[in-house]
Parts: sequence; C-alpha cells; structure tokens
Amino acid sequence: MRVALFATCVNDALMPSTAIATVRLLERLGVEVDFPAAQSCCGQPQFNSGYRRACEPLVRRTVRAFAGYRHVVAPSGSCVATVRTAHPRIAARAGGGLAAAVGELTPRVYELSEFLVDVLGVEDVGAWFPHPVTYHPSCHGLRLLGLGDRPLRLLRAVRGLELLELPGAEECCGFGGTFALKNAAVSAAMAADKTAAALATGAEVLCGGDTSCLLHLGGTLRRQGAPLRPLHLAEILASTEAEPWRAP
Amino acid sequence: MSGTFLGLPAFPEAAAAAVQDERLRANLRHATGTIRAKRARAVAELADWAELRAAAKAVKDRTLDRLDHYLVRLEQNVTAAGGQVHWAADAEEANRIVTGLVRATGEREVVKVKSMATQEIGLNEALAEAGIRAYETDLAELIVQLGNDRPSHILVPAIHRNRGEIRDIFADRMADLGRPAPEGLTDEPAELAEAARLHLREKFLRAKVAVSGANFMIAETGTLVVVESEGNGRMCLTLPRTLISVVGIEKVLPTWRDLEIFLQLLPRSATAERMNPYTSLWTGTHADGPDGDGPEEFHLVLLDNGRTDVLADRTGRQALRCIRCSACLNVCPVYERAGGHAYGSVYPGPIGAILTPQLRGTETPLDASLPYASSLCGACYEVCPVAIDIPEVLVHLRERVADGPRHRLARAAAAAAAYVLDHPGLLRAAERAAARTRRLHPRRLPGPGRAWTDTRELPAVPPEPFRDWWRRNRG
Ligand code: SF4
Repeated sequence: MRVALFATCVNDALMPSTAIATVRLLERLGVEVDFPAAQSCCGQPQFNSGYRRACEPLVRRTVRAFAGYRHVVAPSGSCVATVRTAHPRIAARAGGGLAAAVGELTPRVYELSEFLVDVLGVEDVGAWFPHPVTYHPSCHGLRLLGLGDRPLRLLRAVRGLELLELPGAEECCGFGGTFALKNAAVSAAMAADKTAAALATGAEVLCGGDTSCLLHLGGTLRRQGAPLRPLHLAEILASTEAEPWRAP
Repeated sequence: MSGTFLGLPAFPEAAAAAVQDERLRANLRHATGTIRAKRARAVAELADWAELRAAAKAVKDRTLDRLDHYLVRLEQNVTAAGGQVHWAADAEEANRIVTGLVRATGEREVVKVKSMATQEIGLNEALAEAGIRAYETDLAELIVQLGNDRPSHILVPAIHRNRGEIRDIFADRMADLGRPAPEGLTDEPAELAEAARLHLREKFLRAKVAVSGANFMIAETGTLVVVESEGNGRMCLTLPRTLISVVGIEKVLPTWRDLEIFLQLLPRSATAERMNPYTSLWTGTHADGPDGDGPEEFHLVLLDNGRTDVLADRTGRQALRCIRCSACLNVCPVYERAGGHAYGSVYPGPIGAILTPQLRGTETPLDASLPYASSLCGACYEVCPVAIDIPEVLVHLRERVADGPRHRLARAAAAAAAYVLDHPGLLRAAERAAARTRRLHPRRLPGPGRAWTDTRELPAVPPEPFRDWWRRNRG
C-alpha cells in the first residue's frame, strides 16, 4: 500500500521528529510512504482567526498536492479536522469547482490513529517503550474526528508501556491557536491545570496526537522545570526494542 | 442591551483579572464541576438523547424559517384568550411599554420571575427611573439584587458567590428592601433558604403586578410556559392581578406537542434533573373563555432587540435556537476560569460569546473581543441540547471582526503568512533561515510575543525542517 504523508506545517517547521517517526512507523508496517512536496499548511490558523479568504489558495494547494492518493495520513487531529470541517466551508464560498474537489479529497484523509486502526486494522504495531505514559486527547481529534479510544488501544498494545489515566483528560489544554496569545492568562491557567493533572499521574511522558498542543504543554512544563516530557503518539509507536526512539 | 455593561474592559483584560481571584476560581470550579458531572449522568439515562436533540434542532429551525407566521398565530391566540400583545422593536420601546402598563395599574412595585429578556433590556433600571420598584424573587437573582451585583451565569446568577458571602449579603442588605434577615443567621443552606422565604413571602402576598419572561410560547394555543425549580415563579404567575411577560420573539414553538421534546431536554441540560419541580403554563386571562387560565389581566411584550438581524445571518441564526439551559457555560474551560462577568453581558459563556456580538454588534472593544474568548475546544457544541455549533459561529464572527476597519494590519499579516505558506520555495527558505539562526533565538520575546513566553518556553527550532530530512533520506 502506498500513502501520502501529510506532515503538516507545524511538524515540518518545528517538530520534524513527529513526521520522521510517522514515516518510520508506517514503513515498518509495510506501507510505502510518499511526501508530496507541494503540500503546505491546511490553513487552520488563518481560518480559525477569521481569515477565511486567505485560506482559499491553501485549500487549492492541499487538493492538488494529494490528488491521486487513495490514502493521505497526517499525525495531527486538528489538521485533519480542518480538512474535514473547514475546507468544505471555505470551498463552498470560494466557488470555481473547489467544493467538488474538496468533497473528493476529504474522505481520503486520515488521522494517524484512524489510519492504523481503521484502514490497516492493527492495534499492536510492534512497538516497545518501557516508560509510564499518560495520554491527553486533544479536542479536535476527540470531538471533531471522534477518535474515541483508538489512540489508547494503540498505546495499550505497546510492550513495556505503563498507561496511566489522566484525570479530566477531555478538558482542553488551553492552546487554541491564537487563543494562546489573545487570551494568554486563561490559556496559561488551563495549561497549568492540565500539566498539574498530568504530573500527578506520576508519568514520565505526556503523550498526545497534536503537536501544537504538545508545544504549548511542553513549553509550560519546561518553564516549570517539571520532570515530564511531551511526546507525540507517532514517536512512541515508532519505538522498538531493536531501534528505541531517539528524536533525530 | 442594558447600559449597565457599557465601558467595561475587553474580555482578555477582565479574564486576566478574574484568573487571579482565587476565591472566584474555587467557587466556579466547585459549582461547574458538580453540575457538569450530574448533567452527564442525567443525559446518559436517556437512550434517545441524540434523537431528541436532532428533533429539537429541527423544530427550532423550522420555526425560525417561518417566524413571522408563527408570531402572528401566537398573537391571534393570545388575544383570543383575553391577553394583549405588544410588539417592541428594541429595549427602549419594551421598557416604555412595561413602564406604561405598570403605571396604568396605579402600583409602585412589581415582583419578578427570573427572566433573561428583562435583564437584557435593563428593565429594573428603567422601572426604577419611573419610581417603580422591581423585586427579584428567584433566590439567586435576589442575592444578586441585594448585593448590587451583576449576574454571572444564566441559570445560577450568583454562582460566583459562596455560602459565606451570601450570608453576609442577606444579613447586611435584606432590611433595606423589606423584611430583615433573622438574627444570628448562619451560612447553613436551610437557614439561608428560610431567610429568603420569609423575606419574599411578604412581597408575594402584597404584589398586584408581576413581570416575567417565558421559556416557551405555543403559537397554536397562545400558551406561555415557565420552567423553574423553586416555585417562586409560580407565586408571581398566580397571585398578582396583572401579569406582564416580556419574551424574545425566538421563544415561540408551533404546537403544544413540541413541548414534549423540550421539557425532556431542558431540565436534564440545565439542572441535571429528570423533571424540574415547577412547570407553569397559562393561556390568556382566567376571565375569558373556558380555556383561559391566566391572571385577571395579561400582557405579552414580544421583544426583537436585534433578533431579526441575527435571523438574517444564515450561519449566526442558529444562536436563536438557544433554550438558555447553561450547559455550555458549565462545561466551558474558559468560562470556568474567566467567570461570567468578564463577558460583559447578561449572556456569559459560550452562548454569550456568539449572542452578544450579534445582538449588540462588534463596535466596542469588549464586543469585538468576545468571538475570541474561546479555544474552540468544542465542549459547548457537544453538550448543547439544540446542537448549536458554537465554534462555527465563533469563527464566523471572527471573520466579521477581522473584516472590520480596525483589523487592516492583521488582515495584511494573515494574507502575507498565507502567501508564504502557498509558496513552498519561500517557506523552505524561511524554515532554513530559522534553523541556521536557532542558537540566536531568545528565551523571552518582547511585545505581543510576551503573551507566549511569560508562562511558556518557546519551542526549540530543529536543526533542519522535515522537508530537508526527507530529501536527504528518502528523496
Ligand atoms: S447554547 Fe445550547 S447549551 Fe448553551 S445555553 Fe443555549 S441551549 Fe444551552
């Protein structure tokens, strides 16, 4: 099987390790991975800030970049949610046949855990990660995509991993894109509560499926000097006994 | 809306101050956390919750599509049952009508059923100017009124107060408005309730005029419905001679049968009860005809006050489906930390963030900041019993604000960012430049960037972007 990796702009620019881990994981499972270089940002930050028209070229670019692939896989719940929920809205107002093209693309775009569990039909990906881990389900994956317990099922099958339940897991971490800047005080208060809950589990690793939430929580944890490191789900699933995960 | 909220700071400043208030944070965390868990249990009991929610949405949408038709039917049926219908285009007109009606009775005081519409128009203040005293009879509204305070929650207006604070307000202020609080009042809930009961009973027995809102109005029969927990509303609706109800035009439902849906959804969403203790329904006046079971004199003031503008907006109009259950407030992580006052309106929380800017416009810094008072986490949409996609409307209203004259610069910046993202050559160059200078990046940013670095480290820039790794390893 051949898939297109939709790395997302945040991973490309700030967290390449997430995209690299996704490539390693998928290849290990026998999937051939392409990275269509024409891809860019899904337009989420612009769209959510009210700049819908500025997103139109990005929607067109996304449609073009992934034309011809039966499966497009992204290690980000919120970017996939943007493709599924925002792109149709942007396209409907843009005209020029964009709506049809978007409608054709969206069912082929999968968030990583969806692709693994629903398309490949695997929960045990053969990973090994001997650490206590707690998992934060980011809002867009949880509510817009309905990922449910797919990420947890994948984590439970990882050898050596001790999964610790995060109290109040479903509550937002306070990132919210420009919200983190425009309402910094409330955003920081939400991050403080989330990191406190994660620390109280005794985990060494705070796992998530959305890099931007992890940057926000990771930045908060580093400022606190707290003994908890953020890792993307892809990085944990990429780790094996033969090749333990080490961010490049 | 009411002038009481004019000149308040924009949401971010008010919220930043509220976040520092430890007592407020504790009160809100406790109150919203409790009701949140109870609501989830009450909703989980109904196997057909999703169907009820879809039905409620469909009924409301169908009604809003032909609102003029249903309002005219309602007017006909209220009139036929002996009531009088008045149409108010805005707050000022509504206040003038109600003031005139009270004056005509010769009374100088009214008792009030808890009502959002009368708060929205600032009726109590308008009545006070005309020398008429309005007494709130809902327990939480009484606390707010006695404390010269502002409501901070739709259903529990005094949610920001704890028992100790309520005791102090009762002990200090009850005497000014009627029967004083009993000697030696403690903060035991039963004692506080008894103090309120004694204080209010006096007013119920004396009042000749009551003012209410309504949760629903039935076009087919001309019936009004008030849903409540305490029974104080029932007192106001049944004891006084004259009843004046001020109701937003979006509260109309086509048929009596539609209530079946809403009377299941509302109590479970609002107070996590299977059924609320008091549901009062009345049709017209009791003098008129076999079906008339209202007071001796009944006036219905139908309030627009910006609602037809909301109706004209295809995306924004879903806010008019709201049945004011407060579930979205109780589940909102931003509301829990910012508190209701930061929203600068009688409608706080997620619903306020989409309703206030539509009713009042986005001219003031406060109103323009409300669509941004959300991380778009979607918890509100998930619990809303009439499926209002609040995040969708928030983003839609952000577009309205961003298109405004004050945002020319930000708009240009967004366009520039999108241009770079749409030109992979430029993007790659920017990423590489960031990678090359990564050791030079400061820990704390000046200017607007401080909002991030005050509490968080900046992400470390990686040695190379993923694109370059791919080209070296797989390209
Ligand atoms: S928006 Fe929905 S959840 Fe919020 S108060 Fe209205 S009906 Fe309730």
